[in-house]
Amino acid sequence: MGIDVRSLSFSYGGAPVLRDLSFSTRGGEVIALLGPNGVGKSTLFRCLLGFLKPTQGEILVSGRGLSSYSRRGLAREIAYIPQSHSPTFNYTVRESVLMGVTARLGPLESPTEEQQSLVMQTLSQLGIAHLAGRGSQNISGGERQLMLIARALVQDARVLIMDEPTANLDYGNSYRVMERIARLGSEGYTVLFSSHDPNQAFRYATRVLALKGGTLLADGAPARVLTEPVLSALYGVSVAVRSVAVGGVSHTVSIPCGAGENQ
Amino acid sequence: MAFRSPSGGARRFAVLTAAFFVIFLGAFAAGRYAVRVDKTVCILLDGALRAVSGARWGLAAFWTDAEAAVVLNVRLPRILAAALIGAALSVAGVSYQGMFRNPMVSSDLLGASTGAGFGAALALFLSMSYLTVTFSAFFFGLAAVMLAYLISRRSRMDQTLSMVLAGMMISSLFTAGTSLIKLVADTENQLPAITYWLMGSLTSVRGRDVRFAALPILLGLVPLLLLRWRINLLTLSEAEARSMGVDTRRLRLIVIVCATLMTAASVAISGMIGWVGLVIPHFCRILFGCDYRRLLPSCALLGASFLILVDTIARTVTTAEIPLGILTSFVGAPVFLYLVLSGGEQNGD
Repeated sequence: MGIDVRSLSFSYGGAPVLRDLSFSTRGGEVIALLGPNGVGKSTLFRCLLGFLKPTQGEILVSGRGLSSYSRRGLAREIAYIPQSHSPTFNYTVRESVLMGVTARLGPLESPTEEQQSLVMQTLSQLGIAHLAGRGSQNISGGERQLMLIARALVQDARVLIMDEPTANLDYGNSYRVMERIARLGSEGYTVLFSSHDPNQAFRYATRVLALKGGTLLADGAPARVLTEPVLSALYGVSVAVRSVAVGGVSHTVSIPCGAGENQ
Repeated sequence: MAFRSPSGGARRFAVLTAAFFVIFLGAFAAGRYAVRVDKTVCILLDGALRAVSGARWGLAAFWTDAEAAVVLNVRLPRILAAALIGAALSVAGVSYQGMFRNPMVSSDLLGASTGAGFGAALALFLSMSYLTVTFSAFFFGLAAVMLAYLISRRSRMDQTLSMVLAGMMISSLFTAGTSLIKLVADTENQLPAITYWLMGSLTSVRGRDVRFAALPILLGLVPLLLLRWRINLLTLSEAEARSMGVDTRRLRLIVIVCATLMTAASVAISGMIGWVGLVIPHFCRILFGCDYRRLLPSCALLGASFLILVDTIARTVTTAEIPLGILTSFVGAPVFLYLVLSGGEQNGD
């Protein structure tokens, strides 16, 4: 169960953005999607969320064709966490998170008492219960990202798609949010996040998809497939990959060191 | 905004509901021909019982026929119209604000009011009957929005943006049409009638107007009340709302149809009454928060109360009545300015 992408191609009318892409996901995987700017990471997400129709190939969600899902049905399978969330109105954190349960409601229904307490539980799990009554405009970027994760969790979908979850966060908040995301994998969720930082893939992902020129340059465990030549080819700069031991734990890190030849 | 316990919101809502009933009944007592409140209540009760069952239920008439006529034939339609229109414009406004993700939007964004104004001006110019004027206003209000919506559907831009642009264009077309009619209208009778109609007033409202407008207003109000939880999700980005299971295109269409029915029906019997659909939602957001579960009903109640109050002022303060549209602007604009200025501080924390 999960997402099954089969020979997916997509084009906006001109040259194809995604070409003959195939991969499938399993529960518990935390997958980092890497690739240079404009390579089609967002396009791939938009295909997986059913916003764009593949030009060729198909996407199966829990074994069923994506196009056969209703909006509501798909929302019960896949939740989406946008890169930024800029609320027009100052909903409280509690109200914002409660909106996640909508896919579980009939068209005329409002959230139940049970669902309201589920929201408080989820906020506690993420350690932001104290923010429940605060306005979503008046909290920090890191707190807002955790709020969006809470919203995706109450949506109760098993697959979480995150578009650069740390793009607007400072160093400390990035760490806190990524730690939490990595833990979602061990709780059985499938997490697919895009990132511009190979170090996040090394540190938090169980699997990496490296996208280049519309196809997969690498697919596998980060430490195995993100080699110096792969990273150099991916970003067009020479990259050194090293192991660093901190407090007896070994971390793999990548360091860019000089413009490459192919760009 | 500070933390608000649910019970605090519930208490405020109870106060608002009570205030609505006080204002509703109090408005009957105001006017040149005074009728005591206890008489008013009994006349209304008697009227309602007779309308429902045809029997008098043993209510002894301790009032005069003149008093009954004033309450039932003059004040009741007018107060009901004010309540319906106030609620309709506020609910349509607050729904549009959510849908267009913009607190500065009001219910005539897609041309409902300017279309209705044109329809009324056209009918007055052609010296049609009063009923035809109302019907023509209603029809052109709906037609204007339908045009704007169909045009926006053909655009490849973001749906919200293209709707706003199409609405602006349609509005400006119908405004130009109205101006053209005013230009060629006979200046003795038609031009004053058109100008006065466009100012917005409930002076000429009778029972038949209320009966005409009540159905479309309720047809718009009830679905929005039922769907109010989902309107919350329209305030999010398109991608977020859809990924959370909302068919945004369909929900938007429902909101547009409902808001347009309410706005066009209101304008058709009252003319242009500005500011209500803008100020009331702001006020309610401050008092009740952003959640449409409470925001929408509170807008209906506060909008109804506000318009009854302003209309009562309009008909009692001076002998020559001030058109309601002018008064709502006089009251609405300063209140709005105050809200904008004090709201700025709130966002600063």
